[in-house]
Amino acid sequence: MPVLVFAESIEGKFHKPAFEVVTYASDCAKLLNTTVAAIAIGDISDDELRNLSKYGVHHILKTSDARLKDFNSVAYAKVLQQAVEKCGADVVVMSSSFDGKALAPRLSAKIKAGLVTQVIDLPKTDNGFVVKKSVYSGKGFGEFNINTPVKILTININAYHVSESPVSAEIEAFTPQLSDNDFPVKVLEDIRQKGKVLLTEAEVVVSGGRGMKGPENWGMIEELSDILGAATACSKPVADVGWRPHSEHVGQTGLTIGPNLYIAIGISGAIQHLAGVSSSKIICVINKDPEAPFFKAADYGIVGDAFEALPKLIEAAKRIKSMS
Amino acid sequence: MKILLCASKTPDTTTKINFSADKKSLDNTGVQFILNPNDDHGLAGAMDLKEKHNGQLTVIHVGDNSVEPILRRCLAIGADEAILVNANPSDAYYVAAQIAEGIKGENFDLVVCGRESIDFNGNEVGDMLGEMLGITSVAYVSSVEINGTAASMMRFIDGGMEKLNVNLPVVITVTKEFAEPRIANMRGIMQSRAKTIKIVEAAPVDALTTLLSLESPPKKSGAVMIDIAEAGKLIEILHEKEKVI
Repeated sequence: MPVLVFAESIEGKFHKPAFEVVTYASDCAKLLNTTVAAIAIGDISDDELRNLSKYGVHHILKTSDARLKDFNSVAYAKVLQQAVEKCGADVVVMSSSFDGKALAPRLSAKIKAGLVTQVIDLPKTDNGFVVKKSVYSGKGFGEFNINTPVKILTININAYHVSESPVSAEIEAFTPQLSDNDFPVKVLEDIRQKGKVLLTEAEVVVSGGRGMKGPENWGMIEELSDILGAATACSKPVADVGWRPHSEHVGQTGLTIGPNLYIAIGISGAIQHLAGVSSSKIICVINKDPEAPFFKAADYGIVGDAFEALPKLIEAAKRIKSMS
Repeated sequence: MKILLCASKTPDTTTKINFSADKKSLDNTGVQFILNPNDDHGLAGAMDLKEKHNGQLTVIHVGDNSVEPILRRCLAIGADEAILVNANPSDAYYVAAQIAEGIKGENFDLVVCGRESIDFNGNEVGDMLGEMLGITSVAYVSSVEINGTAASMMRFIDGGMEKLNVNLPVVITVTKEFAEPRIANMRGIMQSRAKTIKIVEAAPVDALTTLLSLESPPKKSGAVMIDIAEAGKLIEILHEKEKVI
């Protein structure tokens, strides 16, 4: 009974979250003493598909029905259902991406398989099948048992390290049975920002709050972010007043992120903001108020003015990047 | 047009989360419960559509009668009726199945859920409900326009947005961009008193998952402070010691 992993691609390429879930699936399979099968949907070259085997995938199902070019949860759930049946999989793993989180519940209801989303660690299998996830927007963790024979997990982005364990993989064309009724969604346009690091999958995030005083001062945040190969983010008040787009808002009602490094500049650290970033591995806080609550959640802190600290950070970042 | 809003009850966003001694549930002491903020955006957007298309808005909740003030507020804001499925919401599958049973034969054109509840952050009920009702579901929707029997909408995708068309009926899970939450006015509050909350008993459904325990995240041991005059040192530490840049 292999572990089946849905390897999501964007425009024919796998991104880091795909390799994270594949690594997770591979480690999970070792734990369960079984193998890993992956399903990839879309127009993806065999060379690109073979990248999955670097992370331990033995069997790759390639589905290239042109109607599946655009995601829709109805058709994708049917494809996954048939892939689960074909492989006899009893664990299904996918990313907590926007599409993964739309697909997993649909599949769960379709095949009556218990689902836990935003999982952060491997299952414990000594007594049942127990997985850990973050709850209350990062203010806590919960352990859940999945009671059904087939288990579905979505893995939190950045929660699991990518590591290689190369095997040789067999690529098999897989043609699921689909009818025209499975395509109720007509996509008119995809609007993607090109060349920018995705906030949800960024390893480093530089974030600004009201302490930045105005949108005209974001140049320094962007400069530091560019040097570090980071994504930019902001607090809720900043998005609410329109200094930055809502897509950059991290916090309880915005995006939840878990980068390796989160640098918060001019953000006081309201409980709602902390909820969205608390799973970051290292948190650095720069704030002129020494009593700012964010310092309690930080690993490193600087008390002082953002406009004094930022040029120094930028200069130091340029220095370390020129040396590496 | 018939619209359904699925309403979840969550702790207020400013709540400090503590768990009960047996680690099985939230410690409710001093906790103020509210309509899940994502559902509040859903309620406001559903009201916009109801007013524009002369529709009918029903609100449904799976839980116990402690939710009444929250449902009354939905009615005061302008929902026409509320349904309370009297059940212990044990997991997302259970909740979605209770909603599907509770609205059997009702044929809603549009079902709106907040993208997730801020308690278990599941993002599950909406798409599960779509599957159970045998209708389309679209997740992370930021705006909707209804054109007769079809809807055009924007949804979040990784790295951007997508514009799409879909025929009704459809279940959508919405983000905060959908609409700004509304405040009930005095007239609405008066009118809500005459509106009914229909109570439906739970259907026999087995949850697919079981919550075993809850814990708080480990506390940080305190930040290492760096003098602003030497702010650049922070970057060096992150590079050399922490190896995160």
